[in-house]
Amino acid sequence: MNRFLLPLVAVVIMIPIMILGLQSDPSKLPSQYIGKPAPEFSLPTLMDPSKTFSTADLKGQISLVNIWATWCGGCRTEHGFLMELARTNTIPIYAIDWRDKRPEALNFMNQLGNPYVASGFDEDGRVGIDWGAYGAPETFLIDADGIVVYRFTGPLNRALWEQEFVPRIAELQE
Amino acid sequence: MIPEIGHFALILALALAACQAVLPLLGAHRDDAALMSVARYATFGHFLFVAISFVCLTIAFLSDDFSVLYVANHSQLALPTQYKISAVWSAHEGSLLMWILLLAGWTAAVAQFRSDMPDKLVARVIGVLGLLSIGFLLFALLTSNPFDRLIPAAMDGGDLNPLLQDPGLAIHPPLLYVGYVGFSVAFAFAIAAMLSGDLDENWARWTRPWTVVAWLFLTMGIALGSWWAYYELGWGGWWFWDPVENASFMPWLMGTALIHSLAVTERRGLFKSWTLLLAISTFSLSLLGTFLVRSGIIVSVHAFATDPTRGFFILAFLAVVVIGALALYAWRAPALDSTAGFNAASRETFLLLNNVLLVVATTLVLLGTLAPLIVEMLNGGKISIGPPWFEVAFLIPMIPLVFLMGFGMHTAWRKQNEGVWFKVLKIPAIAAIVIGVVLPLLFYGRVSLMLVVGCTAAVWVVATALVQPYRSWRRKDGAAGITRSALGMSIAHLGMGLFVLGATIVSAFGIESDRAMRIGETLEVADLQFQLRELREVQGPNYTAIEAVVEVRDGAEFIATVRPQKRQYLVQKNWMTEAGIHPTWNKDLFIALGDQLGDGSWSVRIQYKPMIRFLWIGAFVMALGGMVSVSDRRYRKSKK
Amino acid sequence: MKPRQQRMLAVGLAVVGVAVAAGLTLRAFEENMMFFVEISDVIAGEYPSERNFRIGGLVVADSIQREEGSLDLRFSVTDTRCELDVSYTGVLPDLFREGQGVVAHGRMADNDLFIADKILAKHDENYMAPEVAESLGKHVQDQTASLGGRSSECETG
Repeated sequence: MNRFLLPLVAVVIMIPIMILGLQSDPSKLPSQYIGKPAPEFSLPTLMDPSKTFSTADLKGQISLVNIWATWCGGCRTEHGFLMELARTNTIPIYAIDWRDKRPEALNFMNQLGNPYVASGFDEDGRVGIDWGAYGAPETFLIDADGIVVYRFTGPLNRALWEQEFVPRIAELQE
Repeated sequence: MIPEIGHFALILALALAACQAVLPLLGAHRDDAALMSVARYATFGHFLFVAISFVCLTIAFLSDDFSVLYVANHSQLALPTQYKISAVWSAHEGSLLMWILLLAGWTAAVAQFRSDMPDKLVARVIGVLGLLSIGFLLFALLTSNPFDRLIPAAMDGGDLNPLLQDPGLAIHPPLLYVGYVGFSVAFAFAIAAMLSGDLDENWARWTRPWTVVAWLFLTMGIALGSWWAYYELGWGGWWFWDPVENASFMPWLMGTALIHSLAVTERRGLFKSWTLLLAISTFSLSLLGTFLVRSGIIVSVHAFATDPTRGFFILAFLAVVVIGALALYAWRAPALDSTAGFNAASRETFLLLNNVLLVVATTLVLLGTLAPLIVEMLNGGKISIGPPWFEVAFLIPMIPLVFLMGFGMHTAWRKQNEGVWFKVLKIPAIAAIVIGVVLPLLFYGRVSLMLVVGCTAAVWVVATALVQPYRSWRRKDGAAGITRSALGMSIAHLGMGLFVLGATIVSAFGIESDRAMRIGETLEVADLQFQLRELREVQGPNYTAIEAVVEVRDGAEFIATVRPQKRQYLVQKNWMTEAGIHPTWNKDLFIALGDQLGDGSWSVRIQYKPMIRFLWIGAFVMALGGMVSVSDRRYRKSKK
Repeated sequence: MKPRQQRMLAVGLAVVGVAVAAGLTLRAFEENMMFFVEISDVIAGEYPSERNFRIGGLVVADSIQREEGSLDLRFSVTDTRCELDVSYTGVLPDLFREGQGVVAHGRMADNDLFIADKILAKHDENYMAPEVAESLGKHVQDQTASLGGRSSECETG
């Protein structure tokens, strides 16, 4: 064989390895939650620790569950959009305040506003993990039977909302 | 408005890059001077619009425009101005834009400083660079647009990662990218030579300075990265063999081989097809590095959140570029192969050995980096390869390389007279052996095989590198005796010697000690006394910190006051260790503050790092050598 | 030398070089190759006993204990199904805290204590090592409502 072909052959062999490497990407795994009932939980709410927010609250309506924390930069970024979304009253937004400190979280709500119907306070991060959160922010779409329909990772904005959520909500409402 | 201008400028730049790619290549193919002359203007226009786009993004950061998603995610109102600027290239979208800007800048430089290159070569080089620009511009516009809007705008940004709020990291990525991107010029020269079938000594003379400049920037970039990791990560190590580090190191090793191979091609017209292959490989490794870092397929301590769709794009681009280039190589290189032979005792032989050893070293680093990926694919579980393996594997080709370096510098082209070797190298050889054994014994009172090998190698390289400049200096006609090119080589090799010395000493005699410490207490590390005088609160522009005031003494003699900090950044709320370092030319004292241990004491990491500065000084001397060598007169001929 | 000989020499040297280096370092490769083992597997006794390996999971809330004034530290790591006790001596990385993801290098002492010689920190707090994320994801499914405390499903080996 022509020795000048050897480098080409070597590279052609290496490329499939890279492609397979990409496909084993773990951030695609959590699709396992899709189509299943939302994980059971019961948390004290952020605003009033004597009240609770639990799986039962998610039944009977289409809703969003947003996982956020004050330490998370992306949450700050998407907060403006969540406020706007809450004002339109299209969908109730629930939240899990994940691995956070209460005074800081309350301060965050006071400064930037509270778009949530209720925000569960998940201090030790157990519930967030049950939901399969890798990081914050993450937003889950839940149908009226409490089934997880869709999971979105990263900060939301209007364009992404129109693109990823609006069609799915429309489908659920049919 | 400004972000839209930036976005629009980027689209225009894509159109101009397309002109810059297609027209000159077509012109060179058809021998049409008019089409080739378009190259120059398309290049300048392309550069101008990318620059406008970059300025727009910078303005968005400076004006705290949180309606731009990228700005909202990576800046904050209270961020100091210099970090608002460096935040532009702190994450994927902005660093890609910077990559595009630098690529356009390099292309414009080739168009402007064309030396005595023929029009056709210039046209082809610019055309190939244009093709690469199209790829990167599409990547930015389709998957990573930095101007994406965030509606409604955020009230405040998510802040720049505190680890990146540091002067070292503000300039490390640009330098690294100048190097990475610069190798695309060598790549374009290689493709142009294969397209035309002309590859002679002049081609090598035109290619060499561009390659050396890219290499010297990469050298500085890697050195700065190592320095940053040393003081900012709070670990005190200077190289971790992490995949992200390896990603920048592999093109460096390959680029070093390329520079040496180009020397043979320029002086003797040999190694032609080999030089082409190295030029293609060096740039391919730069792209591979980007792919590994940006796709997140390899687990790394440096990893930031990544995005697999971008990984696919880079991979596709990588495949097109590399497969295209290598197919062209398989087709055209046989005709360019050199036919002349050379004597065994000649500089050609030493440069061949240099190339073989550097390629072996690169292969080993690549193997170690990809091993976890391959093992997982074969269902062998999730593994990682520890630094000790790299250290051993890397030294195997490096030790002979360093010793051969001293001979190579003093070996003539074609055929060496063995008697001259003995005459010239006698003194450096004696110095190397004597100092190599005495130095560790005298200053550090301990000796081992690796230590003697390392010190001997270092002194050998330093001494042999100094011989030629020294001899020309002692002659009456002074500097005229040595060309800039030879002087540059001596300086670069001197830098290598200094680096080896630093690496050997700091690995053998560095001391690291994790201890508990309370106010007033004195600890003894490396025969020095460290006393914690007080702990105070410090207020920074966007952080608060606890600062320890540690006084260092050597017996009765006061050495220094070191102030390590534990910072809490106001927005992201996480704690950051800011090490306190007392640097002197021959040692660093390094103190990092850990956690509160409950009874008023703190955990601290105290380190004594002898000669660690030699690592970075050595690297900068290497880069300086590169600068001196490209200033050689023969690279500055202008077109007749 | 003839070009053909040079070429053979160069290729020969490169092959020999890689072979020698690979041969010499094969042992070191074995020793430095560290497997990632899930906590549940460690608890079930499935781990390499004579060598170092990596574990990863979440630091269990309220599990960090340290002797006052000492660098010795103990904490538990969970994959949400099983918990493993870890001991470590030294300065901790900045992002180490309860509830956070962590990766540790070390080996097992006895059957129930992992002696860590290295605790890894990440650059980015929002980022979790993919292998840890995958391990957590797998075990979360096994659980239904068991919040906190050891899950009954954790099997020891």
